[in-house]
Amino acid sequence: MSVNFVTAIYIASSVLFILALGGLSNQEKAKRAVWYGIIGMALAIAGTILGPNVTISTWLLPMLGIGAIIGAIVAMRVEMTGMPQLVAALHSFVGLAAVFIGLNSDMDPPAGLMGAELIIHEVEIFVGVFIGAITFTGSVIAYGKLSGILNGKPLTLPGRHALNLIMVLACIGLGAMYVNHAGPWTLWAMTAIAFIFGAHLVLAIGGADMPVVVSMLNSYSGWAAAATGFLLGNDLLIVTGALVGASGAILSYIMCRAMNRNFLSVILGGWGTSTGPQMEVEGEMIATDVASVASDISEASSVIIVPGYGMAVAQAQSAVSELTRRLRDRGKSVRFAIHPVAGRLPGHMNVLLAEAKVPYDIVLEMDEINEDFNDTDIVIILGANDIVNPAAQEDPNSPIAGMPVLEVWKARQVIISKRGQGRGYSGIENPLFFKDNSRMLYGDAKSSLDQILAEIGS
Amino acid sequence: MKIGAPVESAADEARVALTPDSARQLAKLGHSCIIQKGAGKAAGFSDDTYKEAGVEIAATAAALFKAADVIIKVQRPNDAELKRLSADKTLISFFWPGQNEKALKAVASTGASAIAMDMVPRISRAQKMDALSSMANIAGYRAVIEASNNFGRFFTGQITAAGKVPPAKVLVIGAGVAGLAAIGTAQSLGAIVRAFDVRPEVAEQIESMGAEFLMLEFDEDGSGDGGYAKPASPEFIEKEMALFREQAPEIDIVITTALIPGRPAPKLWPAEMVKLMKPGSVIIDLAAEQGGNCDLTVAHKIIETDNGVKIVGYTDFPSRMSAQSSTLYATNIRHMLDDLTPEKDGVLNVNMDDDVIRGATIAHQGDVTFPPPPPKIQAIGKQASAPTAPEPTAQEKAAAALAAERASGRRQVGLLVAGGLFMALLGGYAPAAFMQHLIVFALSCFVGFQVIWNVSHALHTPLMAITNAISGIIIIGALLQIDSPTGIVGILAAVSVLIATINIVGGFMVTRRMLAMFQKS
Repeated sequence: MSVNFVTAIYIASSVLFILALGGLSNQEKAKRAVWYGIIGMALAIAGTILGPNVTISTWLLPMLGIGAIIGAIVAMRVEMTGMPQLVAALHSFVGLAAVFIGLNSDMDPPAGLMGAELIIHEVEIFVGVFIGAITFTGSVIAYGKLSGILNGKPLTLPGRHALNLIMVLACIGLGAMYVNHAGPWTLWAMTAIAFIFGAHLVLAIGGADMPVVVSMLNSYSGWAAAATGFLLGNDLLIVTGALVGASGAILSYIMCRAMNRNFLSVILGGWGTSTGPQMEVEGEMIATDVASVASDISEASSVIIVPGYGMAVAQAQSAVSELTRRLRDRGKSVRFAIHPVAGRLPGHMNVLLAEAKVPYDIVLEMDEINEDFNDTDIVIILGANDIVNPAAQEDPNSPIAGMPVLEVWKARQVIISKRGQGRGYSGIENPLFFKDNSRMLYGDAKSSLDQILAEIGS
Repeated sequence: MKIGAPVESAADEARVALTPDSARQLAKLGHSCIIQKGAGKAAGFSDDTYKEAGVEIAATAAALFKAADVIIKVQRPNDAELKRLSADKTLISFFWPGQNEKALKAVASTGASAIAMDMVPRISRAQKMDALSSMANIAGYRAVIEASNNFGRFFTGQITAAGKVPPAKVLVIGAGVAGLAAIGTAQSLGAIVRAFDVRPEVAEQIESMGAEFLMLEFDEDGSGDGGYAKPASPEFIEKEMALFREQAPEIDIVITTALIPGRPAPKLWPAEMVKLMKPGSVIIDLAAEQGGNCDLTVAHKIIETDNGVKIVGYTDFPSRMSAQSSTLYATNIRHMLDDLTPEKDGVLNVNMDDDVIRGATIAHQGDVTFPPPPPKIQAIGKQASAPTAPEPTAQEKAAAALAAERASGRRQVGLLVAGGLFMALLGGYAPAAFMQHLIVFALSCFVGFQVIWNVSHALHTPLMAITNAISGIIIIGALLQIDSPTGIVGILAAVSVLIATINIVGGFMVTRRMLAMFQKS
């Protein structure tokens, strides 16, 4: 196959990738769109292998085969609650591959590069390895945190901002030396520092900020691919890397806006400083029991369910789905309200509910449903806290002041299923729990729901 | 402790302080209950139902007072009942200590602890034992029912074959608990409801019940301590009267609920207003006991004026719904006992450090403990009068929007210029091939941003999975290096091929798995 023909294939692949991403604008189109992506990828790989620059070596086919089998097994086995971990793990692979390809390119440089071309090439190697290394260790740490291997709490070393700055400056210094041919050790040293930097960056972030971390790493993995594209002079890699990078960047932006926080303050860890004493919460939490919740739900005509990460932890999706089905069979309106940062991955709640067979047309975004709480009889909150905290609107001194929240307290009654009396991830007191129309249902979300189901009958 | 409820001594009092249900709940706190024979009869609870709930029956009041440690009642005890109290007993009932100083001294002199249900502070924590609110709620409901009973027409508007019926127009004055309950009831009967209150912050509550709030353009806030209203200035009253004068000829039913604690009811509906009303109209004066909001109200009676307006001055609305009011009152009492028995061991602990218990206790260990220290917290969360900036006018808003627009425009132009300069510098230095790649890169970023913004929020997780898969395109780099003559390069490239393949296959398959789950209903 000629070089021009391979280029033509790359153009087709680029177009197919763009169509694949664009198709995710709605659920029905999306199913077709994935095929565009798969065909695009198959074309790109086949074209490259059969192209003039690659000779099929002994290594190639076994590696492709083993990788495909591992990938297929992982994809079939993964639990939907485990999606955040899987996504993080896959990011780390892209990062690691970018590091390897960069290092290879240093060890085995293309012939005939002179002057400016050589310097540009070296800068490309350096940048590609740097981004790849951060993506790799950052994703490994994110995987550890999300799967519970590592403690989810943010690690706040003293002077961590200074430490980050020193590491970045050291990398820039090494980069200058590398371009001036101080030797390959500068590249290796920078790789080591970037590994530490990436790990430290993610270690300092925790809990509810994880969706931002994951989408940020998603973005990084894209930029790593794009940087690799530059150093190999391959436009398909550049296009694809840019698409993925843009995607992750937008997701991070959406998450940050949904928490009313600055992207930098999120990725550098730690909350913004509060400017004054928080409002005193006054009143008491009124506990309720399964029987009265069941009778309240039976009498309600409109119900909105607000799921949070606690629902995933308790694996309560299928019980929620069953409750939804039974209530809908009785002619009640049942809908779900999803806050953009609910869960540990953007859109995580939607996937969990879809897996439990909740129809997607009753699962609504915050902006679509926030107006409707006024006319709702009962809101059931499952393992969510900060995303329904009225302090965001009522208390200008609250650390989450200004964060858009689901206005659940406007409903006639709010039932909060919660493990105990503790606070949310942010450690902020939630005045919602103390409102007159709030009732606390203590206990594990799944067992509470199962008891409610038994109480309601089929 | 043994908790006893005697027969109410006041004439026409149909309520009872203990119900079989509340007795069952009290048993859970470690208390036992006793009731005087026939005490629940007027409220529809027979002695047998009490027995089923494990309540002892006392034949006479004397026996009951002897046996019980805690006496729970609805009305303030009369002199005979007061004599039966002693230092080891606790009394819980309505008491109105401010208006009954003699009785207050008498109860203190017996040494008994007395808890007045009407003195429970109006803070959110104490709402579950706020008997005044539960009784006011019933009074508000009953007021509308009583009004419709005395009103010769429908509440709801109808168009029938026999002609058109206009809806009744109801005016509720005072939007406390009773007022809001009246608004809700009248609204659900189909009437057009208007409401007035001197406290501007209740406007939202009135509107949330579906009534129209009659706004008075006057810069005075009528809210006093503890969620009640305070007396208004003469100028304010004049404005208010002008507003009512405007409404009176139109309104069919007036329900007045205005009370100021410790004072006679304010006169809001003078005789001249009654004259303006149409014949057949009805006035329900819920403040009749405190002298009435209407000049012509006669307590305990219905009167009809010369121009055919009926004025209902009943003072026993809750007692007229004794089954409901007993249930709620008994629950309030039960909650009070709940707080008084924190250990749930049947031992009463009158904890004078607890704001709610302190507020309600009017006599303790021989001393009068009334009035309590003033309540610290306002009942209705009034905005702390933070210096709010004046609402910007439309022009100011437009100017601000224009300024923001200009600023963002300037920023964008600035960025473009800076970017352009940077590109020019780079172009002067970098090789042509690099610049071509840069064009591809920049355009791809723009395409990416445009495409991704349209992705539905619900599909963000599949989006991440599919971007995972396509970022496996990095495999192409590894493929180009895999047959390198340098050994280590080949190995690293092979590993890269392996992990990138995991990404590609895993990413696409899991995306497909997820998307297949999304089903429409």
